[in-house]
Amino acid sequence: MAIVTAPTAKAMGFTEIDAPPRSIIDRCVQCGFCLPTCPTYQLTFSEASSPRGRIHLLRAVSDGRLDLRAAVVREQMYQCLNCRACEAVCPSGVQYGQLVEPARAQIEQAHPRPLWQRMFRTFIFVRVFGDMRMFRLASGAIALYQHSGLRTLVRRTGMLKLLGLDKQDALLPEVPLRFVIPSGQRWQPQGSPHHHVGLFTGCIMSTAFAPTDEATARVLARNGCEVVAVPDQGCCGALALHAGEAGTGRENAKRNIVAFERLELDAIIVNAAGCGAALKEYRHLFHGDPEWSRRAERFSASVRDVSEFLDTLDLVPPGRLDRVVTYQEPCHLAHAQRITAAPRRLLAKIPGVRLVEMEESSLCCGSAGIYNVIRPEFSRRLLERKLKNALQTGADTIISANPGCIMQVASGLREQGKRVRVLHIVDLLDEAYRSV
Amino acid sequence: MLQVRGLLSTMVLEESKSVHNDLISQLQNIVGADSVVSHPAELLVYEYDASLDRHLPAAVVLPQTTQQVVEIVKLANRFDLPVVPRGSGTGLSGGAIAIKGGIVIVTTRMNHILSIDYANRRATVQPGVINADLTHYTEHAGFFYAPDPSSQKVCTIGGNVAENSGGPHCLSYGATTNHILDLELVLPTGDVIHTSGADGDQHGLDLTGTVVGSEGTFGIATEVTVRLTPLPEDTQVLLAIFRSVDEASNTVSAIIGAGIIPAALEMMDGLCCQAIEAAYHAGYPPDAGAVLLVELDGLREAVEELVDQVSTICRNHGAGEVRRARSAAERAALWAGRKGALGALGRLAPNYYIQDGVVPRTKLPETLQFVEQVSRDIRLPIANVFHAGDGNLHPNILFDRQDPTNIERTLRGGLEILRFCVEKGGVVSGEHGIGLEKREHIAFLYTTEDLAVMARLRDCFNPRQLFNPDKIFPPLRGCGEVRDQRVAARLAKEGIYAV
Repeated sequence: MAIVTAPTAKAMGFTEIDAPPRSIIDRCVQCGFCLPTCPTYQLTFSEASSPRGRIHLLRAVSDGRLDLRAAVVREQMYQCLNCRACEAVCPSGVQYGQLVEPARAQIEQAHPRPLWQRMFRTFIFVRVFGDMRMFRLASGAIALYQHSGLRTLVRRTGMLKLLGLDKQDALLPEVPLRFVIPSGQRWQPQGSPHHHVGLFTGCIMSTAFAPTDEATARVLARNGCEVVAVPDQGCCGALALHAGEAGTGRENAKRNIVAFERLELDAIIVNAAGCGAALKEYRHLFHGDPEWSRRAERFSASVRDVSEFLDTLDLVPPGRLDRVVTYQEPCHLAHAQRITAAPRRLLAKIPGVRLVEMEESSLCCGSAGIYNVIRPEFSRRLLERKLKNALQTGADTIISANPGCIMQVASGLREQGKRVRVLHIVDLLDEAYRSV
Repeated sequence: MLQVRGLLSTMVLEESKSVHNDLISQLQNIVGADSVVSHPAELLVYEYDASLDRHLPAAVVLPQTTQQVVEIVKLANRFDLPVVPRGSGTGLSGGAIAIKGGIVIVTTRMNHILSIDYANRRATVQPGVINADLTHYTEHAGFFYAPDPSSQKVCTIGGNVAENSGGPHCLSYGATTNHILDLELVLPTGDVIHTSGADGDQHGLDLTGTVVGSEGTFGIATEVTVRLTPLPEDTQVLLAIFRSVDEASNTVSAIIGAGIIPAALEMMDGLCCQAIEAAYHAGYPPDAGAVLLVELDGLREAVEELVDQVSTICRNHGAGEVRRARSAAERAALWAGRKGALGALGRLAPNYYIQDGVVPRTKLPETLQFVEQVSRDIRLPIANVFHAGDGNLHPNILFDRQDPTNIERTLRGGLEILRFCVEKGGVVSGEHGIGLEKREHIAFLYTTEDLAVMARLRDCFNPRQLFNPDKIFPPLRGCGEVRDQRVAARLAKEGIYAV
């Protein structure tokens, strides 16, 4: 047995603040069970592109054997979709997500981006996602672009292709002209409410997916909940955290904790899987800060995904919908939150809806936050695989529970000219209730 | 520089940049640039498998066709470089570690099922096909691939062939060697042979049987024809809960002694149950002394009777409770727990040193008592999870490799357990292979003459000993350590600090 002892020379390692915790790295016993579940490993069959390989690279940096600035470290930490499929199958319980985000933060510190990139990132993460008024302004501009006829004009002139923005344009969802602006508005149930819940309205959900936020509130109200769109809430911070912007993520978290603490709520309901996973993990952001750790812990404990919450209720029977559906599992619902049965049970409760399972339903669709923008090639290959699996079921509707997945799958279907709908699970439930 | 041969060749190569560049560009010509790994930092992820040994290779190649493998092997011959075959890297004896550097051939991109012939119950696959995928693809037709190592969702058929892998169901179905009909083998010379006749039968010497279990020292399999087994009509799983390891091991002998061969008969001790339950919530009682997981299969009526018989034997030998899995989902959950047991030990300690010794079933009680005593002596916990039915132990010594005082005690404990197994009429490895980890221990089992005959057989296939060198046989000492230091110095210049 070759024995590893102390490092012999110095490579640039992790700084102490926000380093990937050694205790998590040490949990990996390199059994390899994560390999087949990893989307990037499935595309490359290369060990570096596997969770086990990435953890080993972090171990090597932590041991002082590999320089944090090595190209392979950066490449692999950003090639990872952070879908966390590996976590769900890991027998030793390695919390991989708690490694990759600090690792990215360390890379950002150690390897500063050019000034223009830093300014752009600050603009996006702090100005746009950090300030909902700004976010709504930007979303409004997109809505205007889509609805005013400007888009048709721009597309016809071929300007987008010229600027290399045609792919980005195709990814944009249809943004409605009406947004949900959380300002304390309430949805009342018929009769006396059994539950008081706060709706986490989200950034993209409250704008591009505003109808889904409204559907969520209606479905909850229909099932005996008084729903309040808690004022002063903002973006969950997941996008910033995934991009290694820990400070910005923390600011987002604090604002949401403060906003929701003011009300006595039975649960905080979130309908975006990615946001839900981030909200449930706020406590990891405040290591060494007992006051905020405690507040974050209390906040996270009351967060429920909408499917998870509805599944605990004695559901009012929905109306009939004759549909063949297939379920595309959002990574951050299935892997990060380990919620897989609840959405399927809900679908089974809609009369007329027949669920046909697709192969690899929990393999990432390639959306993964902003992954489809920064890694278009891998993203496209995962999307094609997802569409093939989904279309093979013969379903007329693909159900998901996360805005990123819905946009990604919908854009792929549009490109292929397929007339299959993509819906959030509460949109389908809402439709079923309206059909009564 | 290339005049220096044998042991020093890797070092020479690694120290000579132009030779290295030449090698890499020729490898790239064979498989394309994106299928060659050559930067030291990127090679780090090929320095390990699921065992404890580590060593960096000089280059890693991921071919897709037999022809590419042939050309890589011929190139390695020209450069005097060792060749180490590797699948998913789940081996537990260091078989895929490039202990002398050289080229690692990774088969993970050779992952196509080439043909399935249900009428003749056989399938031909590339070596990188995942074991469980083969069952997944054939289940709908009523078949499965029987050998089921615990890592079956990850490990490759090629790796299984190299290690002659076992698994829980090998008790009644036999190990890998009983399920391999033919191999297309690229020899260390670069020649390609088939080990069986076109009908998958042996005419003349049993080359297939010789190659299975040769741990990558006879060549690299590029196509594997396997036997498909019909799924049993009925399968039932029992979980019997005992107060002590002693009671459970006596029960094992009683079941087999009653003439019953279960499809699988597995034991886990209390420590293992705790780790498994934390990971899988499958219903393993964390406060049990030991449990037996018994699978019975066959015709429905026969299985019912076996369930009754086995339950009675378990109760008569002290089982406080015998649970029967009520659904396929419950069965799957129990098995997921069993098969994830090893990884779940990561919850208890940063490292495990797994032993693979075998003893006659009747010696199980005293062997496990000995393991307990070793655990006390070395002051490290040992978790037991193993194929009780065939006496194949897996005591796992739990330790922390960062703590140097742990390592000496871990190695000593492992050695004592293996010695005991051999004394009791057993062997040092049941199914994980000898590899690097047990190459010194194999001498407990065989005389110098025995080993010499084996080495001569290896040399027929692998005369220059370039294929997976320094595996299986007890090592020669000397220049290795010097070489390691010089390679480390060179790597340090690249920003890689070998430790």
